[in-house]
Amino acid sequence: MKRAARYIIFYAALFGLWTLLAELKIWPPYLFPTPWGVGESLYAGFADHSYWIAIRVSMERVLIGYAISVALGMILGLGVASNKFLEETMGGLLVSLQSLPSICWWPLALLWFGLNQNAILFVVIMGSLLSVTLAMEDGRKQMPKIFGQAGRNLGAKGFKLFWYVLLPASLPFIVSGLKQGWAFAWRSLITAEMLYLSLGLGQVLMMGRDLNDMSAVIAVMILIIAIGYIVDGVVFKGMERHLQNRWGLTPAS
Amino acid sequence: MSTSAHNVPAQFPIPVEPVMPARPGNRSKFGPVSVGRQVRPISPEVPKVGLSEISLSYRTQSGERLLALDNINLQVRAGEFVCIVGPSGCGKSTLLHLIAGLHSQTSGQILVDGNPIQGPGTDRILIFQEHGLFPWLTVGQNVEFGMKMKGVPKAEREEKIRYYLRLVHLAKFEKSYIHQLSGGMRQRVAIARALATEPDVLLMDEPFAALDAQTRDLLHDELERIWSETGRTIIFVTHNVREAIRLGDRVVLLTFRPGRVKNEFPVELPRPRHLEDPNVARAAREILDELREEINRSLEAEYSAGVKPRIEPGVEA
Repeated sequence: MKRAARYIIFYAALFGLWTLLAELKIWPPYLFPTPWGVGESLYAGFADHSYWIAIRVSMERVLIGYAISVALGMILGLGVASNKFLEETMGGLLVSLQSLPSICWWPLALLWFGLNQNAILFVVIMGSLLSVTLAMEDGRKQMPKIFGQAGRNLGAKGFKLFWYVLLPASLPFIVSGLKQGWAFAWRSLITAEMLYLSLGLGQVLMMGRDLNDMSAVIAVMILIIAIGYIVDGVVFKGMERHLQNRWGLTPAS
Repeated sequence: MSTSAHNVPAQFPIPVEPVMPARPGNRSKFGPVSVGRQVRPISPEVPKVGLSEISLSYRTQSGERLLALDNINLQVRAGEFVCIVGPSGCGKSTLLHLIAGLHSQTSGQILVDGNPIQGPGTDRILIFQEHGLFPWLTVGQNVEFGMKMKGVPKAEREEKIRYYLRLVHLAKFEKSYIHQLSGGMRQRVAIARALATEPDVLLMDEPFAALDAQTRDLLHDELERIWSETGRTIIFVTHNVREAIRLGDRVVLLTFRPGRVKNEFPVELPRPRHLEDPNVARAAREILDELREEINRSLEAEYSAGVKPRIEPGVEA
């Protein structure tokens, strides 16, 4: 309860400061809106369905892109982890590629796919694929070898070995990488969406700028933060807690 | 196996016939007879497991060639309980991993029923020192795992899960997760999981080494009972000579690096035996004297050369 009280105090103070600054009118209201203004924008955006549509479009894209990243990343990571040659060659390449911001793939994606959905998906995948791959590689190496041996010993091989043994056995070691991959996917998506008429949250954000509507800009920023936070806090936290319970690990706090 | 357990230190000769262990009358207590597969008697001259001239060498990280196992010959009859003892580093765990098909030997042949093995197979199941149970599955699902891989129908799997969990006295824990069990219970689940795939041969790699003395005593009794009820062939690796004599029909002593068969000791004491039995202690002494030479050699090697590279690729630190 004390923790909840601290939260309330912190956010009340933040809110108060914001209101105060806005009411003092140091900056013109169209550059520094009040919290109420942002609230009204949020309400209006949901009321005319434009935010719902934007959220749906963005979520669809990020889910497809992330799913492809996870599937590809697991295969790649497993390959790199279990093959000495791949590890030595591709391992280094993957790490170096990680220093490239995913939006740098945008010009390439535009030329390859044209100005469409696929270009956005490509950027999302490139944004999250690397962290999933590296997480999988790392997880596969950290995973105690005994699980793989026990699985083979009990007659599992090939895809069955991967699906029923290696994957679940490495899950506790890759969940943080999966989470990071999600965060990268989400950021890449919004960035890419901002660069072209895409119907997603990124475009709604840019529309606020085009209309000089700072309340709308901040409203959409809040939405983007909220969605990222909810997925992180609900989906991934839940998954981590589930794994900790199953494996009998003490939560790393 | 002698059913008249309490009489004189009886003759316990190696039978010429393949051993069909006695099946006590209380068998039905553990479920339908159809569930536990009987071991098919095979012609006496073909051993259940035959190791011929097994050698294993490999390159260490520093590049030198290390001979871990050297020309091992061993014949294990169907239904026999063979214990392998040796100092740590003699490659006894590695030998089990080879029989399990998890690694390949450098030379020599491993035969089961006269046929060379092709990688891992559910006719030979290894029970690891650290159980190797899957923490993401329940106890029941762990026991089910091998059957699922084999494609055993669901209904049959469920029946067998119950049967084998009852066999190791863990029926109530079917829905528990592994971390909720004690060390001894985990090792019993590992035994149930291994038995559920109905292997002819159980390979046990120091399965009780990490357990406390009382739990270990209990599991010795249970293992002996399960062995006599299911008629499996067991190859049991331990560094504990008394444990080997407590359980084995025969004790095989390996030398220290490279591992060779130094000697074999038939155990001719009536069952059930007890760890504290003076006869067990007496039998152990003879083996211990020979083992001590090997232990001394291993200590010398360690102290003179500093820390040697681990020579058991199958064993995770």
